[in-house]
Amino acid sequence: MSTLPYALRDSTTMFRRDMRHALRYPVMTISGLAVPIFMMLMFVYVFGNTMTAGLAHVSPGLQYIDYLAPAIVMMAVGSGTAGTAINLCTDMTEGIIDRFRTMAITRTAVLTGQVVGGVLRTAVASVLVLGVALLVGFRPTATPLEWLAAIGVVVMFAVALTWFAVACGLNAGSPGGANSTTMPVQFLLPFTSSAFVPTDSMPAWLRGFAEYQPFTAVIDTLRGLLLGTGIGVHGWLAVGWCALITAVSYLWARRTFTRRTAA
Amino acid sequence: MVTTWAADGTAVSARTAIGVRGLRKSYKDKVVLAGIDLDVREGTVFALLGPNGAGKTTTVRILSTLIRADGGTAQVAGYDLDRESEAVRTAIGVTGQFSAVDNILTGEENMIMMADLCHLERRAGRRRAAELLSRFDLVEAAKKPVQTYSGGMRRRLDLAMTLVGSPRIIFLDEPTTGLDPRSRHTMWQTIRGLVADGVTIFLTTQYLEEADQLADRIAVLDHGKLVAEGTADELKRLIPGGHVLLTFADPVALDTAAGLVGGQRDDEALTLQVPGDGDVRALRDLLARLDGAAVEVDDLSIHTPDLDDVFFALTGHPTSDKDDAK
Repeated sequence: MSTLPYALRDSTTMFRRDMRHALRYPVMTISGLAVPIFMMLMFVYVFGNTMTAGLAHVSPGLQYIDYLAPAIVMMAVGSGTAGTAINLCTDMTEGIIDRFRTMAITRTAVLTGQVVGGVLRTAVASVLVLGVALLVGFRPTATPLEWLAAIGVVVMFAVALTWFAVACGLNAGSPGGANSTTMPVQFLLPFTSSAFVPTDSMPAWLRGFAEYQPFTAVIDTLRGLLLGTGIGVHGWLAVGWCALITAVSYLWARRTFTRRTAA
Repeated sequence: MVTTWAADGTAVSARTAIGVRGLRKSYKDKVVLAGIDLDVREGTVFALLGPNGAGKTTTVRILSTLIRADGGTAQVAGYDLDRESEAVRTAIGVTGQFSAVDNILTGEENMIMMADLCHLERRAGRRRAAELLSRFDLVEAAKKPVQTYSGGMRRRLDLAMTLVGSPRIIFLDEPTTGLDPRSRHTMWQTIRGLVADGVTIFLTTQYLEEADQLADRIAVLDHGKLVAEGTADELKRLIPGGHVLLTFADPVALDTAAGLVGGQRDDEALTLQVPGDGDVRALRDLLARLDGAAVEVDDLSIHTPDLDDVFFALTGHPTSDKDDAK
Protein backbone atom coordinates (compact mmCIF):
# COMPACT_ATOMS: atom_id res chain seq x y z
CA MET A 1 0.00 0.00 0.00
CA SER A 2 1.32 3.46 -0.75
CA THR A 3 1.74 6.14 1.89
CA LEU A 4 -1.46 8.09 1.29
CA PRO A 5 -3.95 5.38 2.25
CA TYR A 6 -1.83 4.70 5.35
CA ALA A 7 -1.89 8.38 6.27
CA LEU A 8 -5.66 8.37 5.79
CA ARG A 9 -6.07 5.25 7.89
CA ASP A 10 -3.84 6.56 10.67
CA SER A 11 -5.78 9.83 10.73
CA THR A 12 -9.06 7.92 10.86
CA THR A 13 -7.78 5.80 13.75
CA MET A 14 -6.81 8.90 15.70
CA PHE A 15 -10.06 10.64 14.82
CA ARG A 16 -12.00 7.65 16.12
CA ARG A 17 -10.00 7.79 19.34
CA ASP A 18 -10.76 11.48 19.73
CA MET A 19 -14.48 10.87 19.17
CA ARG A 20 -14.50 8.09 21.79
CA HIS A 21 -12.93 10.51 24.26
CA ALA A 22 -15.46 13.21 23.42
CA LEU A 23 -18.41 10.85 23.79
CA ARG A 24 -17.13 9.39 27.04
CA TYR A 25 -16.40 12.83 28.45
CA PRO A 26 -18.97 15.15 26.87
CA VAL A 27 -18.27 17.54 29.76
CA MET A 28 -15.12 18.64 27.90
CA THR A 29 -17.17 19.83 24.93
CA ILE A 30 -20.05 21.20 26.98
CA SER A 31 -17.95 23.10 29.53
CA GLY A 32 -16.34 25.12 26.74
CA LEU A 33 -19.82 26.40 25.94
CA ALA A 34 -20.65 27.65 29.40
CA VAL A 35 -18.67 30.88 29.22
CA PRO A 36 -19.81 32.03 25.75
CA ILE A 37 -23.46 31.25 26.51
CA PHE A 38 -23.26 32.98 29.87
CA MET A 39 -21.71 36.03 28.19
CA MET A 40 -24.45 36.09 25.59
CA LEU A 41 -27.27 35.90 28.14
CA MET A 42 -25.70 38.50 30.37
CA PHE A 43 -25.00 40.99 27.60
CA VAL A 44 -28.39 40.52 25.99
CA TYR A 45 -30.51 40.68 29.13
CA VAL A 46 -28.48 43.03 31.32
CA PHE A 47 -26.90 45.41 28.82
CA GLY A 48 -29.10 44.67 25.82
CA ASN A 49 -31.22 47.85 25.73
CA THR A 50 -28.31 50.19 26.29
CA MET A 51 -26.30 48.33 23.69
CA THR A 52 -29.08 48.48 21.09
CA ALA A 53 -29.31 52.23 21.65
CA GLY A 54 -25.54 52.50 21.31
CA LEU A 55 -25.61 50.66 18.00
CA ALA A 56 -28.08 53.14 16.53
CA HIS A 57 -25.34 55.33 15.08
CA VAL A 58 -23.68 52.34 13.33
CA SER A 59 -26.68 50.43 12.02
CA PRO A 60 -29.99 51.87 13.09
CA GLY A 61 -32.61 49.29 14.00
CA LEU A 62 -30.09 46.54 14.64
CA GLN A 63 -30.96 44.56 17.77
CA TYR A 64 -28.03 43.85 20.09
CA ILE A 65 -28.70 40.08 20.06
CA ASP A 66 -28.28 40.10 16.29
CA TYR A 67 -25.02 42.01 16.63
CA LEU A 68 -23.76 39.70 19.39
CA ALA A 69 -24.79 36.19 18.29
CA PRO A 70 -22.25 35.77 15.44
CA ALA A 71 -19.50 36.91 17.83
CA ILE A 72 -20.56 34.41 20.46
CA VAL A 73 -20.38 31.63 17.86
CA MET A 74 -16.76 32.61 17.13
CA MET A 75 -16.07 32.89 20.85
CA ALA A 76 -17.28 29.30 21.25
CA VAL A 77 -14.75 28.31 18.58
CA GLY A 78 -12.08 30.03 20.68
CA SER A 79 -13.25 28.31 23.87
CA GLY A 80 -13.13 24.94 22.17
CA THR A 81 -9.35 25.25 21.89
CA ALA A 82 -8.90 24.67 25.63
CA GLY A 83 -10.22 21.10 25.48
CA THR A 84 -8.08 20.23 22.46
CA ALA A 85 -4.94 21.69 24.02
CA ILE A 86 -5.57 19.87 27.29
CA ASN A 87 -6.15 16.56 25.47
CA LEU A 88 -2.91 16.85 23.54
CA CYS A 89 -0.96 17.86 26.61
CA THR A 90 -2.34 14.90 28.58
CA ASP A 91 -1.33 12.55 25.75
CA MET A 92 2.10 14.08 25.75
CA THR A 93 2.67 13.82 29.51
CA GLU A 94 1.11 10.36 29.81
CA GLY A 95 3.56 9.00 27.27
CA ILE A 96 1.11 7.81 24.65
CA ILE A 97 2.43 10.35 22.13
CA ASP A 98 5.86 8.83 22.71
CA ARG A 99 4.42 5.43 21.94
CA PHE A 100 3.05 6.75 18.65
CA ARG A 101 6.38 8.38 17.87
CA THR A 102 8.22 5.04 18.13
CA MET A 103 5.80 3.47 15.64
CA ALA A 104 5.96 3.53 11.87
CA ILE A 105 3.00 5.89 11.59
CA THR A 106 2.68 8.68 9.06
CA ARG A 107 4.17 11.44 11.14
CA THR A 108 1.46 14.07 11.18
CA ALA A 109 -1.50 11.70 10.71
CA VAL A 110 -1.77 11.42 14.48
CA LEU A 111 -2.21 15.19 14.70
CA THR A 112 -4.48 15.47 11.69
CA GLY A 113 -6.88 12.97 13.24
CA GLN A 114 -6.98 15.02 16.43
CA VAL A 115 -7.58 18.22 14.45
CA VAL A 116 -10.50 16.71 12.56
CA GLY A 117 -11.95 15.57 15.88
CA GLY A 118 -11.39 19.01 17.41
CA VAL A 119 -13.05 20.78 14.49
CA LEU A 120 -16.04 18.48 14.70
CA ARG A 121 -16.39 19.10 18.44
CA THR A 122 -16.16 22.82 17.82
CA ALA A 123 -18.80 22.55 15.11
CA VAL A 124 -21.17 20.84 17.53
CA ALA A 125 -20.46 23.58 20.08
CA SER A 126 -21.18 26.29 17.49
CA VAL A 127 -24.49 24.73 16.55
CA LEU A 128 -25.51 24.57 20.22
CA VAL A 129 -24.55 28.21 20.76
CA LEU A 130 -26.46 29.19 17.65
CA GLY A 131 -29.47 27.28 18.98
CA VAL A 132 -29.42 29.24 22.24
CA ALA A 133 -29.00 32.49 20.30
CA LEU A 134 -32.08 31.69 18.21
CA LEU A 135 -34.01 30.98 21.39
CA VAL A 136 -33.19 34.37 22.85
CA GLY A 137 -34.18 36.25 19.73
CA PHE A 138 -31.39 36.05 17.15
CA ARG A 139 -32.96 36.51 13.71
CA PRO A 140 -30.47 35.94 10.88
CA THR A 141 -31.53 37.03 7.39
CA ALA A 142 -29.09 34.91 5.38
CA THR A 143 -29.93 33.13 2.13
CA PRO A 144 -29.02 29.42 1.83
CA LEU A 145 -25.87 30.40 -0.04
CA GLU A 146 -24.91 32.85 2.68
CA TRP A 147 -25.52 30.15 5.31
CA LEU A 148 -23.17 27.89 3.38
CA ALA A 149 -20.51 30.57 3.30
CA ALA A 150 -21.10 31.22 7.02
CA ILE A 151 -20.49 27.57 7.81
CA GLY A 152 -17.35 27.77 5.70
CA VAL A 153 -16.03 30.73 7.70
CA VAL A 154 -16.72 29.02 11.03
CA VAL A 155 -15.05 25.78 9.90
CA MET A 156 -12.07 27.68 8.49
CA PHE A 157 -11.60 29.50 11.79
CA ALA A 158 -12.10 26.27 13.74
CA VAL A 159 -9.39 24.54 11.68
CA ALA A 160 -6.97 27.39 12.32
CA LEU A 161 -7.60 27.57 16.06
CA THR A 162 -7.60 23.78 16.48
CA TRP A 163 -4.15 23.53 14.89
CA PHE A 164 -3.11 26.36 17.20
CA ALA A 165 -4.52 24.42 20.17
CA VAL A 166 -2.72 21.24 19.10
CA ALA A 167 0.59 23.09 18.91
CA CYS A 168 -0.04 24.70 22.31
CA GLY A 169 -0.97 21.37 23.88
CA LEU A 170 2.14 19.63 22.53
CA ASN A 171 4.38 22.38 23.87
CA ALA A 172 2.76 22.95 27.24
CA GLY A 173 4.31 21.26 30.24
CA SER A 174 1.05 20.56 32.06
CA PRO A 175 -2.70 20.52 31.32
CA GLY A 176 -3.02 23.72 33.34
CA GLY A 177 -0.33 25.33 31.23
CA ALA A 178 -2.06 24.12 28.09
CA ASN A 179 -5.23 25.84 29.21
CA SER A 180 -3.44 29.12 29.91
CA THR A 181 -1.65 29.25 26.57
CA THR A 182 -5.04 29.22 24.85
CA MET A 183 -6.34 32.07 27.05
CA PRO A 184 -5.66 34.72 24.39
CA VAL A 185 -8.06 33.06 21.95
CA GLN A 186 -10.54 32.25 24.71
CA PHE A 187 -10.81 35.73 26.22
CA LEU A 188 -8.24 38.36 25.35
CA LEU A 189 -8.76 38.51 21.59
CA PRO A 190 -12.59 38.21 21.63
CA PHE A 191 -12.84 41.07 24.14
CA THR A 192 -10.54 43.35 22.17
CA SER A 193 -12.42 42.69 18.93
CA SER A 194 -15.70 43.87 17.48
CA ALA A 195 -17.43 41.02 19.35
CA PHE A 196 -19.25 43.09 21.98
CA VAL A 197 -18.99 46.65 20.73
CA PRO A 198 -18.06 48.19 17.35
CA THR A 199 -14.37 48.94 17.10
CA ASP A 200 -14.95 52.62 16.30
CA SER A 201 -16.34 53.12 19.79
CA MET A 202 -12.97 52.07 21.25
CA PRO A 203 -10.17 54.46 22.25
CA ALA A 204 -7.83 55.31 19.39
CA TRP A 205 -4.85 53.35 20.74
CA LEU A 206 -6.88 50.14 20.79
CA ARG A 207 -8.90 50.75 17.66
CA GLY A 208 -6.07 50.09 15.22
CA PHE A 209 -5.38 46.68 16.76
CA ALA A 210 -9.03 45.80 17.27
CA GLU A 211 -9.97 46.65 13.71
CA TYR A 212 -7.49 44.26 12.08
CA GLN A 213 -7.05 41.38 14.53
CA PRO A 214 -8.31 37.89 13.56
CA PHE A 215 -11.43 37.83 15.74
CA THR A 216 -12.77 41.08 14.30
CA ALA A 217 -12.12 39.76 10.81
CA VAL A 218 -14.00 36.49 11.25
CA ILE A 219 -16.79 37.99 13.37
CA ASP A 220 -17.51 40.84 10.94
CA THR A 221 -17.46 38.38 8.05
CA LEU A 222 -19.91 36.07 9.80
CA ARG A 223 -22.10 39.04 10.76
CA GLY A 224 -22.14 40.23 7.17
CA LEU A 225 -23.15 36.80 5.91
CA LEU A 226 -25.88 36.22 8.48
CA LEU A 227 -27.29 39.76 8.75
CA GLY A 228 -26.39 41.45 5.51
CA THR A 229 -24.22 44.09 7.19
CA GLY A 230 -21.14 45.24 5.34
CA ILE A 231 -18.17 42.89 5.23
CA GLY A 232 -15.71 45.09 3.39
CA VAL A 233 -12.08 44.20 3.81
CA HIS A 234 -12.85 41.76 6.64
CA GLY A 235 -13.67 38.86 4.33
CA TRP A 236 -10.18 38.80 2.88
CA LEU A 237 -8.66 39.50 6.26
CA ALA A 238 -10.52 36.50 7.69
CA VAL A 239 -9.21 34.21 4.96
CA GLY A 240 -5.70 35.58 5.38
CA TRP A 241 -5.65 35.26 9.15
CA CYS A 242 -7.03 31.70 9.07
CA ALA A 243 -4.48 30.64 6.46
CA LEU A 244 -1.65 32.22 8.41
CA ILE A 245 -2.67 30.76 11.79
CA THR A 246 -3.20 27.33 10.24
CA ALA A 247 0.16 27.32 8.46
CA VAL A 248 2.22 28.55 11.39
CA SER A 249 0.49 26.31 13.93
CA TYR A 250 0.73 23.26 11.65
CA LEU A 251 4.45 23.74 11.17
CA TRP A 252 4.96 24.39 14.87
CA ALA A 253 2.97 21.29 15.86
CA ARG A 254 4.70 19.10 13.28
CA ARG A 255 8.10 20.25 14.42
CA THR A 256 7.29 19.47 18.06
CA PHE A 257 5.88 16.08 17.17
CA THR A 258 8.77 14.93 15.00
CA ARG A 259 11.73 16.60 16.70
CA ARG A 260 14.15 14.32 18.45
CA THR A 261 15.87 16.80 20.64
CA ALA A 262 13.63 16.99 23.69
CA ALA A 263 14.62 15.32 26.91
CA MET B 1 27.29 -13.61 9.41
CA VAL B 2 29.05 -15.78 11.94
CA THR B 3 27.23 -18.92 12.94
CA THR B 4 28.23 -20.76 16.06
CA TRP B 5 26.89 -24.03 17.31
CA ALA B 6 25.41 -24.49 20.72
CA ALA B 7 26.04 -27.64 22.75
CA ASP B 8 22.77 -29.22 21.65
CA GLY B 9 23.69 -28.85 18.01
CA THR B 10 21.32 -26.00 17.10
CA ALA B 11 22.65 -23.08 15.17
CA VAL B 12 22.98 -19.92 17.22
CA SER B 13 22.59 -16.77 15.23
CA ALA B 14 25.35 -14.33 15.92
CA ARG B 15 23.72 -11.54 13.99
CA THR B 16 23.65 -8.22 15.75
CA ALA B 17 20.25 -6.84 16.62
CA ILE B 18 21.59 -3.66 18.20
CA GLY B 19 25.09 -2.34 17.67
CA VAL B 20 26.19 0.88 19.33
CA ARG B 21 29.52 2.69 19.10
CA GLY B 22 30.54 5.69 21.14
CA LEU B 23 27.02 6.88 21.94
CA ARG B 24 27.06 10.28 23.63
CA LYS B 25 24.36 12.53 25.02
CA SER B 26 24.42 15.63 27.20
CA TYR B 27 21.72 17.94 28.46
CA LYS B 28 23.20 21.41 28.68
CA ASP B 29 26.45 20.75 30.52
CA LYS B 30 25.31 17.55 32.21
CA VAL B 31 26.77 14.47 30.55
CA VAL B 32 24.18 11.68 30.52
CA LEU B 33 25.96 9.22 28.23
CA ALA B 34 29.71 9.50 27.97
CA GLY B 35 30.32 7.29 24.95
CA ILE B 36 29.00 3.75 25.30
CA ASP B 37 29.42 0.67 23.08
CA LEU B 38 26.85 -2.11 23.05
CA ASP B 39 26.36 -5.31 21.08
CA VAL B 40 23.12 -7.18 21.39
CA ARG B 41 22.78 -10.42 19.46
CA GLU B 42 19.53 -11.40 17.84
CA GLY B 43 17.21 -13.55 19.93
CA THR B 44 18.89 -12.78 23.24
CA VAL B 45 18.03 -10.74 26.31
CA PHE B 46 20.39 -7.90 27.02
CA ALA B 47 20.10 -6.13 30.35
CA LEU B 48 21.35 -2.64 31.00
CA LEU B 49 21.79 -2.52 34.74
CA GLY B 50 22.21 0.65 36.72
CA PRO B 51 20.77 2.92 39.38
CA ASN B 52 18.51 5.90 38.76
CA GLY B 53 20.35 8.58 36.86
CA ALA B 54 22.82 6.21 35.22
CA GLY B 55 21.48 6.96 31.73
CA LYS B 56 19.38 3.87 31.11
CA THR B 57 16.22 5.64 30.03
CA THR B 58 18.19 8.03 27.84
CA THR B 59 19.80 5.05 26.10
CA VAL B 60 16.38 3.51 25.43
CA ARG B 61 14.97 6.82 24.21
CA ILE B 62 17.84 7.24 21.76
CA LEU B 63 17.72 3.66 20.47
CA SER B 64 13.93 3.82 20.04
CA THR B 65 14.25 6.96 17.84
CA LEU B 66 12.64 9.32 20.36
CA ILE B 67 15.68 11.51 20.84
CA ARG B 68 18.86 12.06 18.89
CA ALA B 69 22.29 11.29 20.29
CA ASP B 70 24.94 14.01 20.27
CA GLY B 71 27.55 11.60 18.92
CA GLY B 72 28.31 8.01 18.06
CA THR B 73 26.61 5.57 15.72
CA ALA B 74 23.95 2.98 16.25
CA GLN B 75 22.37 0.25 14.17
CA VAL B 76 19.05 -1.23 15.18
CA ALA B 77 17.67 -4.24 13.31
CA GLY B 78 20.28 -3.62 10.65
CA TYR B 79 19.18 -0.04 10.01
CA ASP B 80 21.08 3.12 10.75
CA LEU B 81 19.35 4.83 13.63
CA ASP B 82 19.74 8.32 12.20
CA ARG B 83 19.35 7.87 8.48
CA GLU B 84 16.78 5.06 8.52
CA SER B 85 14.79 5.82 11.66
CA GLU B 86 11.50 5.10 9.86
CA ALA B 87 12.71 1.56 9.06
CA VAL B 88 13.93 1.14 12.64
CA ARG B 89 10.41 1.97 13.84
CA THR B 90 8.92 -0.88 11.83
CA ALA B 91 11.12 -3.36 13.67
CA ILE B 92 10.91 -2.20 17.27
CA GLY B 93 8.44 -2.08 20.12
CA VAL B 94 8.88 0.02 23.21
CA THR B 95 7.40 -0.32 26.66
CA GLY B 96 8.51 2.53 28.84
CA GLN B 97 8.78 2.96 32.54
CA PHE B 98 5.36 4.57 32.74
CA SER B 99 2.54 2.75 31.02
CA ALA B 100 1.76 4.47 27.74
CA VAL B 101 -1.86 3.44 27.52
CA ASP B 102 -5.02 5.41 26.80
CA ASN B 103 -6.79 5.61 30.15
CA ILE B 104 -10.14 6.68 28.75
CA LEU B 105 -10.44 3.81 26.28
CA THR B 106 -11.05 0.21 27.31
CA GLY B 107 -8.29 -2.38 27.14
CA GLU B 108 -9.80 -3.81 23.98
CA GLU B 109 -10.12 -0.39 22.32
CA ASN B 110 -6.47 0.27 23.13
CA MET B 111 -5.48 -2.99 21.46
CA ILE B 112 -7.58 -2.38 18.37
CA MET B 113 -6.20 1.14 18.07
CA MET B 114 -2.70 -0.37 18.05
CA ALA B 115 -3.72 -2.97 15.47
CA ASP B 116 -5.04 -0.17 13.23
CA LEU B 117 -1.90 1.89 13.69
CA CYS B 118 0.19 -1.18 12.86
CA HIS B 119 -1.86 -1.35 9.63
CA LEU B 120 -3.08 -4.87 10.28
CA GLU B 121 -6.01 -5.94 8.16
CA ARG B 122 -9.21 -5.33 10.15
CA ARG B 123 -10.10 -8.93 10.94
CA ALA B 124 -6.51 -9.98 11.54
CA GLY B 125 -6.11 -6.99 13.86
CA ARG B 126 -9.11 -7.96 15.93
CA ARG B 127 -7.88 -11.53 16.13
CA ARG B 128 -4.43 -10.42 17.23
CA ALA B 129 -5.93 -8.10 19.86
CA ALA B 130 -8.13 -10.87 21.27
CA GLU B 131 -5.22 -13.32 21.27
CA LEU B 132 -2.94 -10.98 23.20
CA LEU B 133 -5.65 -9.96 25.67
CA SER B 134 -6.13 -13.58 26.53
CA ARG B 135 -2.40 -14.26 26.70
CA PHE B 136 -1.99 -11.39 29.15
CA ASP B 137 -4.96 -12.44 31.22
CA LEU B 138 -6.95 -9.33 30.39
CA VAL B 139 -10.04 -10.89 28.80
CA GLU B 140 -12.26 -10.14 31.78
CA ALA B 141 -11.13 -6.54 31.97
CA ALA B 142 -11.11 -6.02 28.20
CA LYS B 143 -14.35 -4.05 28.09
CA LYS B 144 -13.56 -1.86 31.08
CA PRO B 145 -11.84 1.54 30.85
CA VAL B 146 -8.13 1.35 31.60
CA GLN B 147 -8.63 3.89 34.39
CA THR B 148 -10.03 1.07 36.51
CA TYR B 149 -6.98 -1.20 36.02
CA SER B 150 -4.39 -2.00 38.68
CA GLY B 151 -0.73 -1.16 38.14
CA GLY B 152 0.09 -4.73 37.15
CA MET B 153 -2.78 -4.91 34.65
CA ARG B 154 -1.73 -1.61 33.15
CA ARG B 155 1.82 -2.90 32.59
CA ARG B 156 0.49 -6.06 31.02
CA LEU B 157 -1.75 -4.07 28.70
CA ASP B 158 1.17 -1.79 27.86
CA LEU B 159 3.31 -4.76 26.86
CA ALA B 160 0.42 -6.40 25.01
CA MET B 161 0.01 -3.17 23.00
CA THR B 162 3.71 -3.21 22.18
CA LEU B 163 3.38 -6.76 20.86
CA VAL B 164 0.48 -6.08 18.49
CA GLY B 165 2.83 -5.27 15.62
CA SER B 166 5.02 -8.33 16.30
CA PRO B 167 8.23 -6.31 16.75
CA ARG B 168 11.52 -8.16 16.32
CA ILE B 169 13.26 -6.05 18.94
CA ILE B 170 11.56 -4.96 22.14
CA PHE B 171 12.83 -2.29 24.49
CA LEU B 172 11.64 -2.70 28.05
CA ASP B 173 12.53 0.21 30.28
CA GLU B 174 12.35 -0.98 33.88
CA PRO B 175 9.40 -3.25 33.19
CA THR B 176 8.94 -4.35 36.79
CA THR B 177 9.77 -1.21 38.77
CA GLY B 178 6.91 -0.59 41.17
CA LEU B 179 5.29 -3.99 40.67
CA ASP B 180 4.51 -6.38 43.51
CA PRO B 181 6.51 -9.64 43.59
CA ARG B 182 3.75 -11.68 42.01
CA SER B 183 3.27 -9.31 39.07
CA ARG B 184 7.03 -9.19 38.70
CA HIS B 185 7.24 -12.95 38.32
CA THR B 186 4.40 -12.92 35.80
CA MET B 187 6.31 -10.28 33.82
CA TRP B 188 9.46 -12.41 33.91
CA GLN B 189 7.54 -15.39 32.58
CA THR B 190 6.18 -13.24 29.78
CA ILE B 191 9.63 -11.99 28.86
CA ARG B 192 10.98 -15.55 28.79
CA GLY B 193 8.12 -16.48 26.50
CA LEU B 194 8.98 -13.68 24.10
CA VAL B 195 12.59 -14.77 23.88
CA ALA B 196 11.45 -18.30 23.15
CA ASP B 197 9.63 -16.83 20.13
CA GLY B 198 12.94 -15.42 18.86
CA VAL B 199 12.41 -11.81 19.85
CA THR B 200 15.40 -9.73 20.97
CA ILE B 201 14.91 -7.97 24.27
CA PHE B 202 16.74 -4.87 25.43
CA LEU B 203 15.93 -4.51 29.09
CA THR B 204 16.87 -1.88 31.62
CA THR B 205 16.64 -2.62 35.30
CA GLN B 206 17.78 -1.55 38.71
CA TYR B 207 17.60 -5.08 40.02
CA LEU B 208 20.56 -7.43 39.79
CA GLU B 209 18.23 -10.36 40.40
CA GLU B 210 16.11 -9.41 37.41
CA ALA B 211 19.10 -9.16 35.11
CA ASP B 212 20.39 -12.43 36.55
CA GLN B 213 17.03 -14.17 35.97
CA LEU B 214 16.47 -12.97 32.43
CA ALA B 215 19.53 -11.71 30.67
CA ASP B 216 22.04 -13.52 28.49
CA ARG B 217 24.37 -10.59 28.84
CA ILE B 218 24.42 -7.72 31.29
CA ALA B 219 26.06 -4.32 30.95
CA VAL B 220 26.46 -2.18 34.04
CA LEU B 221 25.95 1.53 33.49
CA ASP B 222 27.15 4.15 35.92
CA HIS B 223 27.08 7.90 35.34
CA GLY B 224 26.78 7.40 31.60
CA LYS B 225 29.68 4.97 31.34
CA LEU B 226 29.72 1.19 31.02
CA VAL B 227 31.71 -0.17 33.94
CA ALA B 228 31.30 -3.87 33.18
CA GLU B 229 29.79 -6.17 30.60
CA GLY B 230 29.40 -9.92 30.55
CA THR B 231 27.19 -12.83 31.51
CA ALA B 232 25.60 -12.91 34.95
CA ASP B 233 28.18 -15.42 36.13
CA GLU B 234 31.05 -13.34 34.85
CA LEU B 235 29.74 -10.31 36.71
CA LYS B 236 29.10 -12.21 39.89
CA ARG B 237 32.71 -13.33 39.96
CA LEU B 238 33.63 -9.66 40.26
CA ILE B 239 31.46 -9.18 43.30
CA PRO B 240 32.39 -10.18 46.81
CA GLY B 241 30.08 -13.00 47.89
CA GLY B 242 27.24 -12.77 50.34
CA HIS B 243 27.51 -13.26 54.04
CA VAL B 244 25.58 -14.29 57.11
CA LEU B 245 25.45 -11.73 59.86
CA LEU B 246 25.21 -13.16 63.38
CA THR B 247 24.40 -10.99 66.36
CA PHE B 248 25.15 -12.13 69.92
CA ALA B 249 23.85 -11.15 73.31
CA ASP B 250 27.28 -10.80 74.98
CA PRO B 251 31.05 -10.65 74.17
CA VAL B 252 31.68 -14.15 75.51
CA ALA B 253 29.28 -15.70 72.98
CA LEU B 254 30.89 -13.61 70.21
CA ASP B 255 34.36 -14.84 71.29
CA THR B 256 33.36 -18.46 71.31
CA ALA B 257 31.60 -18.19 67.95
CA ALA B 258 34.52 -16.38 66.34
CA GLY B 259 36.87 -19.09 67.55
CA LEU B 260 34.57 -21.74 66.17
CA VAL B 261 33.59 -20.49 62.73
CA GLY B 262 35.93 -17.57 61.99
CA GLY B 263 34.68 -14.59 60.02
CA GLN B 264 34.86 -10.88 60.54
CA ARG B 265 33.92 -9.66 64.01
CA ASP B 266 32.65 -6.35 65.26
CA ASP B 267 33.15 -6.13 69.02
CA GLU B 268 31.13 -2.96 69.38
CA ALA B 269 28.00 -4.25 67.67
CA LEU B 270 28.57 -7.82 68.91
CA THR B 271 28.27 -9.13 65.39
CA LEU B 272 30.12 -11.69 63.35
CA GLN B 273 30.10 -11.66 59.56
CA VAL B 274 30.53 -15.15 58.12
CA PRO B 275 31.01 -15.55 54.35
CA GLY B 276 28.27 -17.57 52.66
CA ASP B 277 25.52 -17.08 50.12
CA GLY B 278 22.58 -18.12 52.29
CA ASP B 279 22.59 -21.73 51.07
CA VAL B 280 20.25 -23.62 53.41
CA ARG B 281 22.55 -26.56 54.08
CA ALA B 282 25.57 -24.38 54.84
CA LEU B 283 23.39 -22.30 57.12
CA ARG B 284 22.16 -25.38 58.96
CA ASP B 285 25.76 -26.57 59.40
CA LEU B 286 26.79 -23.22 60.74
CA LEU B 287 23.97 -23.12 63.28
CA ALA B 288 24.58 -26.76 64.27
CA ARG B 289 28.22 -25.98 65.08
CA LEU B 290 27.24 -23.00 67.22
CA ASP B 291 24.53 -25.04 68.88
CA GLY B 292 27.03 -27.80 69.62
CA ALA B 293 29.15 -25.29 71.53
CA ALA B 294 26.04 -23.97 73.30
CA VAL B 295 26.48 -20.49 71.77
CA GLU B 296 23.25 -18.53 71.82
CA VAL B 297 22.65 -16.54 68.59
CA ASP B 298 20.55 -13.47 69.22
CA ASP B 299 19.81 -12.57 65.66
CA LEU B 300 20.70 -13.75 62.19
CA SER B 301 20.43 -12.13 58.80
CA ILE B 302 21.49 -13.29 55.37
CA HIS B 303 22.98 -10.78 53.01
CA THR B 304 23.00 -11.68 49.32
CA PRO B 305 24.88 -9.50 46.83
CA ASP B 306 22.68 -6.86 45.27
CA LEU B 307 23.10 -3.97 42.92
CA ASP B 308 24.79 -1.95 45.64
CA ASP B 309 27.47 -4.61 45.98
CA VAL B 310 27.97 -4.77 42.22
CA PHE B 311 28.32 -1.05 42.14
CA PHE B 312 30.63 -0.84 45.04
CA ALA B 313 32.78 -3.59 43.60
CA LEU B 314 32.88 -2.08 40.11
CA THR B 315 32.98 1.63 40.77
CA GLY B 316 34.24 1.97 44.30
CA HIS B 317 31.26 4.15 45.22
CA PRO B 318 27.70 3.31 46.20
CA THR B 319 24.74 3.87 43.88
CA SER B 320 23.58 7.44 43.65
CA ASP B 321 19.97 8.40 43.97
CA LYS B 322 19.62 11.05 41.35
CA ASP B 323 16.59 10.81 39.10
CA ASP B 324 17.13 9.26 35.74
CA ALA B 325 17.14 11.81 32.96
CA LYS B 326 13.86 11.36 31.14
